[in-house]
Amino acid sequence: MDLMEYQAKELFAKHGVPVSLGAVLENAEDAGDAARRLGGRVVVKAQVKAGGRGKAGGVKLADGPDEAVARARDILGMQIKGLTVRRVLIAPTADIREEYYFSYLVDRSARRYLCIASTQGGVEIEVVAHENCEAVAQIPIDPLVGVDEAKAREIVEATGFPPELADQAVEVAKLLWTVFVEEDASLVEVNPLVLLGDGTIEALDGKVTLDENAAFRHPDHVLFDDKASADPLEAKAAAKNLNYVKLDGQVGIIGNGAGLVMSTLDVVAYAGEAHGGVKPANFLDIGGGASAEVMANGLDIILGDKQVRSVFVNVFGGITACDEVATGIVTALDMLGDAATKPLVVRLDGNNVLEGRRILDAADHPLVTLVDTMDGAADRAAELASLALDQEGN
Amino acid sequence: MSIFLNDRSRVIVQGMTGSEGSKHTRRMLDAGTAIVGGVTPGKGGQSVDFGSTKVPVFSSVADAVEATGADVSVVFVPPRFARGAVLEAVDAGIGLIIVITEGVPVKDTAEFFAYAQSKGTSRIIGPNCPGLISPGKSNAGIIPADITPAGRVGLVSKSGTLTYQMMYELRDFGFSSAVGIGGDPIVGTTHIDALQAFEDDPDTDAIVMIGEIGGDAEERAAAYIAEHITKPVVGYVAGFTAPEGKTMGHAGAIVSGSSGTAEAKKQALEAAGVKVGKTPSETAQLMRELLQAL
Repeated sequence: MDLMEYQAKELFAKHGVPVSLGAVLENAEDAGDAARRLGGRVVVKAQVKAGGRGKAGGVKLADGPDEAVARARDILGMQIKGLTVRRVLIAPTADIREEYYFSYLVDRSARRYLCIASTQGGVEIEVVAHENCEAVAQIPIDPLVGVDEAKAREIVEATGFPPELADQAVEVAKLLWTVFVEEDASLVEVNPLVLLGDGTIEALDGKVTLDENAAFRHPDHVLFDDKASADPLEAKAAAKNLNYVKLDGQVGIIGNGAGLVMSTLDVVAYAGEAHGGVKPANFLDIGGGASAEVMANGLDIILGDKQVRSVFVNVFGGITACDEVATGIVTALDMLGDAATKPLVVRLDGNNVLEGRRILDAADHPLVTLVDTMDGAADRAAELASLALDQEGN
Repeated sequence: MSIFLNDRSRVIVQGMTGSEGSKHTRRMLDAGTAIVGGVTPGKGGQSVDFGSTKVPVFSSVADAVEATGADVSVVFVPPRFARGAVLEAVDAGIGLIIVITEGVPVKDTAEFFAYAQSKGTSRIIGPNCPGLISPGKSNAGIIPADITPAGRVGLVSKSGTLTYQMMYELRDFGFSSAVGIGGDPIVGTTHIDALQAFEDDPDTDAIVMIGEIGGDAEERAAAYIAEHITKPVVGYVAGFTAPEGKTMGHAGAIVSGSSGTAEAKKQALEAAGVKVGKTPSETAQLMRELLQAL
């Protein structure tokens, strides 16, 4: 789960990382009061889970309370990378002398942690690394040791922080590490980490990704879940514990196993090239042991997507038994009744496939077409979606 | 022969008395796996009756190893106990630890992997993986044993169901071993480890490698293939249509910015001389042609 800047800063503050919290608000009229409290001159920052806010016009300076309200009005409701801005952070302006970059992350290749830091912050670190790789320090971290005093000193030295800042930088490195491990983050990034006029270091921005697998250790993390900004279908699916991602297409997809579902999306997209360019409408993995209820919930979500014109159910029964899936489909269609209006193309293979196909044949539901192969079924589902679109066009 | 596992492997199941653990222990026994014990803290001395076989339960991995000479463990414990279970297996000297459990925090995996590396005596497969099968010899995990007979194709994959799909597509050729390495950000055994094991396995003639979006494991495997693998490799990558920044089911399956895309992985594999199929069936067809030409 990616956090918004103000949420990341709340976590920083919780662990003692120097940071100015400012004020978070959803109503532009409140920006005036906030600006007055914060000394008049403020920065109004869009709070969305996307990078590149500044470039998109989501970060503006305001020279007083009235201007803060005006800038908040501009920014609230704005679209940044497809996300609607529902909150702004009103942050005090800072007397910035230097900008640094600092991050901890999971190094998937090396299978340990990595610190990336640079004294050239405030810009995209990839750009700095590309132009002058020596300006970016990369320090591996042993998961069994973490960032102790010695490792923090190593990081600060390798990054090239000025000697007079070394002790302060070591302290910040250790505190950010506490955020990283104690909150089960897979990324903690501060860009920029700044040196202020008074000689102190502060995290001026923050980006944190929390590991959702560790949610059982962090019941409080649920508060960071931004349900309001989520796609309504994704929110509904999440409430039913379904692994669903909304995409922009017309063929609804249900499958078992993340890899097979990803592959199904690709195969449908290829098939769509011959059928008016229709595309997969979603990712939905119903996992192993798909019960009738899970199938009904899945179909309900997909049929609730107005863009969907046909549905492709693609199951390879490994652990899952195809007869249970078939029963699930039949039961789900019964449960949905008149709400089920779109054609379903079903491909079953593997465990108990003959019984599964027999159940679907016997039910003889007018919406269901059984196709033997994954490629053939994808083609049929794409064709049906394309035909439906054509008919609507006439 | 086969990779990592063989017909002499003596397997214990950590979490055998749980519902998933007992269901799959039965299936592994039916597939001919030598399951010599289960481990559930506090239940030592009991046994579980699987019909044809009664499997003793031990309270610790160390007890199980002492009593049975086990050298492989399959881990089915819930996510919050996975770290402890793996550390215990490493300490007991288990040489191959297969972590089926899905939903293990990446911090826990980073720690148990680093611990196993520091001891240098255990290979970990997974977590969040279907395990490993050598058809007709041994089955350690949840891969269905009846999809394909033994043969001379090796398979390594991040995904369980795509593993099954590919085994099914090539069932007339059969497999020497198939290993699901899992789709988490950190996994104990990589594509590269499996590729090298297949290269060294005299019973494997050709290799199917299945990857998916996220990370750069496929790119690194491609570089490794170009340098070190002489056997023919056919590849498949899932997730061409995955949007940026969305996790697609597997915790590690995410395109971040421009990195981790299926297109980049496909290009890297092709540059290394690997034929890459657009779909699972096309991939199977490429392997079929290759095997017929051998």
